Amino acid sequence: MSIFEYNGSAVVAMVGKNCFAIASDRRLGVQLQTIATDFQRVFKVHDKLYVGLSGLATDAQTLYQRLVFRHKLYQLREERDMKPETFASLVSALLYEKRFGPYFCQPIIAGLGDNNEPFICTMDCIGAKELAKDFVVSGTASESLYGACESMYKPNMEPEELFETVSQALMASVDRDCLSGWGGYVLIVTPTEVQERVVKGRMD
Amino acid sequence: MTGSMDLPAKGGFSFELCRRNDMLEKKGLKLPGFRKTGTTIVGLVFQDGVVLGADTRATEGPIVADKNCEKIHFMAPNIYCCGAGTAADTEAVTDMVSSQLQLHRYATGRESRVVTALTLLKSHLFRYQGHVSAALVLGGVDCTGPHLHTVYPHGSTDTLPFATMGSGSLAAMSVFESKYKEGLTREEGIQLVAEAICAGIFNDLGSGSNVDVCVITKGKTEYLRNHQLPNPRTYVSSKGYSFTKGQTEVLSTKITQLKQTAEVAEGGDAMEE
Repeated sequence: MSIFEYNGSAVVAMVGKNCFAIASDRRLGVQLQTIATDFQRVFKVHDKLYVGLSGLATDAQTLYQRLVFRHKLYQLREERDMKPETFASLVSALLYEKRFGPYFCQPIIAGLGDNNEPFICTMDCIGAKELAKDFVVSGTASESLYGACESMYKPNMEPEELFETVSQALMASVDRDCLSGWGGYVLIVTPTEVQERVVKGRMD
Repeated sequence: MTGSMDLPAKGGFSFELCRRNDMLEKKGLKLPGFRKTGTTIVGLVFQDGVVLGADTRATEGPIVADKNCEKIHFMAPNIYCCGAGTAADTEAVTDMVSSQLQLHRYATGRESRVVTALTLLKSHLFRYQGHVSAALVLGGVDCTGPHLHTVYPHGSTDTLPFATMGSGSLAAMSVFESKYKEGLTREEGIQLVAEAICAGIFNDLGSGSNVDVCVITKGKTEYLRNHQLPNPRTYVSSKGYSFTKGQTEVLSTKITQLKQTAEVAEGGDAMEE
């Protein structure tokens, strides 16, 4: 079994019109046993920047704490929030530093940059950035997520439609993966508000 | 240091987690695969300079992770480098050498030379004995003329008039070996490079998507991103999926308004003493 399949996870981010969505499943397992059904994988860095961490849960939490620490230092020095592009470079550098003993995490970074332009990117566990203009996926359900997002994605979706699309893509994909699921947590971020929803899914 | 205070590190690799990862591996958990750039990368020297080419597919095992990634990295205004191998390694090593070259330009006040980039790359890769898995095609034009080199992950280099690297290198090299001649013009050079990359795209499973080309001549560099798109997506449904609002079952909703930035109105009365 691969280290990434120890806890099981599914995270996806999608770009809409002046907004973005980031969603994850809620299962925390130890191989085939489910331990929790309310595990948080998407974390807030600042109001307009979120990071979703799939892979080994302990590394996800440690990496999140380190990133928040670095961002707070940045806020103290620069007196402003980090731009998503800068944050992506920071995450990439932190991960590459551990090139020969990596964190077993695949981060997804989603934020609103200058002029509230949505920005999403993902990386592998040693920091190889992949910027995308439509959607990014990671986790044990990533292959199903690629397929679902590839078919369901449309450019320039409004927040309501984006929410429906992301939720349906996530739920369809985790239903084909034993290690992720047990509900979904979807965040839609627009320049004026943040909508957090817990989506009902199959609990198996 | 036992990791008590996570101050930003001074640079270089950190081996803190190696012991834990070894322990996990002994317990039977396989280490993950890294994203590779399966790749076809090529370069050739033509009469006025150098043309570099690359495909745009990034793979994670058998899955295509990125259909349009950039494999031609900037090193200096007159030097570009194509990278194959582990994606994080090629990006990190080219970024690092690019910064070192810039500092060197500030210190010397001169345009960077290709051999400088070459030496910096090969010494770094040799130091890590091939564990930094980056195979590069480095090309540029400096005061001594056009240069094209290949750099292997263990640190060896070759200087060549035409070169290919990556999993699609054999397909691309077959095109070069049949059609390359000295003194090509710019159009012929670009045409030949595009043909070689297409050979890699269509015959090698690790390469795909589009063709990126970079033409470097004395005093001018042109980066033709997506010069050719031989694999357009033609199967998209025109209607797409549409979901009605409220189709997804929601258990709970929480909407937070973000702080609105307050506009400070200028031109009020000045405060009294």
